[in-house]
Amino acid sequence: MEWSPKDHFEYLVRLADTNLVLGHRMSEWLGEAPVIEEELALANIGLDLIGQARSLYARAIAVNPDGRDEDDLVFLRDTHEYRNFLLVERENGDFAVTMVRQALYSIFAHLQWEGLTRSADTELAAIASKAVKESAYHVRHSCEWLIRLGDGTGESHERTQKAVDDLWFYTGEMFASDDIERAAIAAGVGVDPAALKPQWDETVSECFAQATLERPADGWMIDGGREGRHTEHLGHLLAEMQFLQRAYPGQKW
Amino acid sequence: MVTAIQSKLTSPSLEVARKALDEVVDPEIPVLTIADIGILRDVRLTSEGELEVVITPTYSGCPAMNVIAFEIEVALARAGIDTFRLTNQLSPAWTTDWLTDVAREKMRAYGIAPPVEASTSKRTLFAADAARCPRCGSERTERVSEFGSSACKAQYRCEACKEPFDYFKCI
Repeated sequence: MEWSPKDHFEYLVRLADTNLVLGHRMSEWLGEAPVIEEELALANIGLDLIGQARSLYARAIAVNPDGRDEDDLVFLRDTHEYRNFLLVERENGDFAVTMVRQALYSIFAHLQWEGLTRSADTELAAIASKAVKESAYHVRHSCEWLIRLGDGTGESHERTQKAVDDLWFYTGEMFASDDIERAAIAAGVGVDPAALKPQWDETVSECFAQATLERPADGWMIDGGREGRHTEHLGHLLAEMQFLQRAYPGQKW
Repeated sequence: MVTAIQSKLTSPSLEVARKALDEVVDPEIPVLTIADIGILRDVRLTSEGELEVVITPTYSGCPAMNVIAFEIEVALARAGIDTFRLTNQLSPAWTTDWLTDVAREKMRAYGIAPPVEASTSKRTLFAADAARCPRCGSERTERVSEFGSSACKAQYRCEACKEPFDYFKCI
């Protein structure tokens, strides 16, 4: 199977975009979190995710230099050029939505990073070696919240179950593959997301069982993130995140 | 500033550079130098005779890395070295396992509980590290939050002396 630097770039940018977008969602909680400890937690998780994204963008540029830098990729691409999972662009909603979204992604990300520590791309493997440990903290934090909320009051249980039900049909996209991913797997650079599903199912079920949450049936799943077909939520996120560079091109801190 | 210009070296001495870099501390834990903590990986001359300083980040998004890069530049400038290459090396990934016993003790004396276990632990769900209180030494401590004032720290509370404290997380 053909594997070009351009494909390599695309594979890395997909990983980066998902972490960046979720990292930005975390930053939207600043000043809004219920308690100071949670404010710090969300900021730190966001920082980890954006840090992981930066390393991935830098690596993508190194394997396929096309004149753009990290800032260009983040601030000057439009919605249809973003390659993140639809799950992570969903709005923060209430705290239950934020934490369910985090748990569903982090459990996946942790397994994916673990696989990527053995990537034939040694720089990607190095990024993964650090990220796998960071994502373990994200898994633990979000799952502990799911238990607190799911097994909490009637109101918190109801809202958390609703968040699970609403977000479930975005989870299928994480385990799907296209030609780029299949080529990345064949080249030894990427990991097969479908192979992560059994372990993801197990961890999600363990967490849901303790949280007294019901796992929805796997029905029809939406996708499109990897082709740049996004929900209406991403455009609003980018509008805010990119405003400064769009209004004042080339501005630096 | 005149002295700095006069002492400017055309081919920087490794020894001078290493000595200057020994003074650079971690902005979050100022009792530890970047060499103590393992951020400073190497100081060497490239084949072109250029001074190369190799650093590695602790956490992926650690904002202290920008400050550290600036501090390195300042320390070297003070020593009369104004051209060097700063390389950010990701592999092998930094781990708390690299903290020496001396570094751990300095950290504890500063009021931050050092990481307790090897970072290779596979546990992800439902467990908290048993940190020892850096003030009274008690093991009766409780985790308040796994995230703290910086990417590398968690918040704990001592049940014995009732003091809150920072815990340096295992990674």
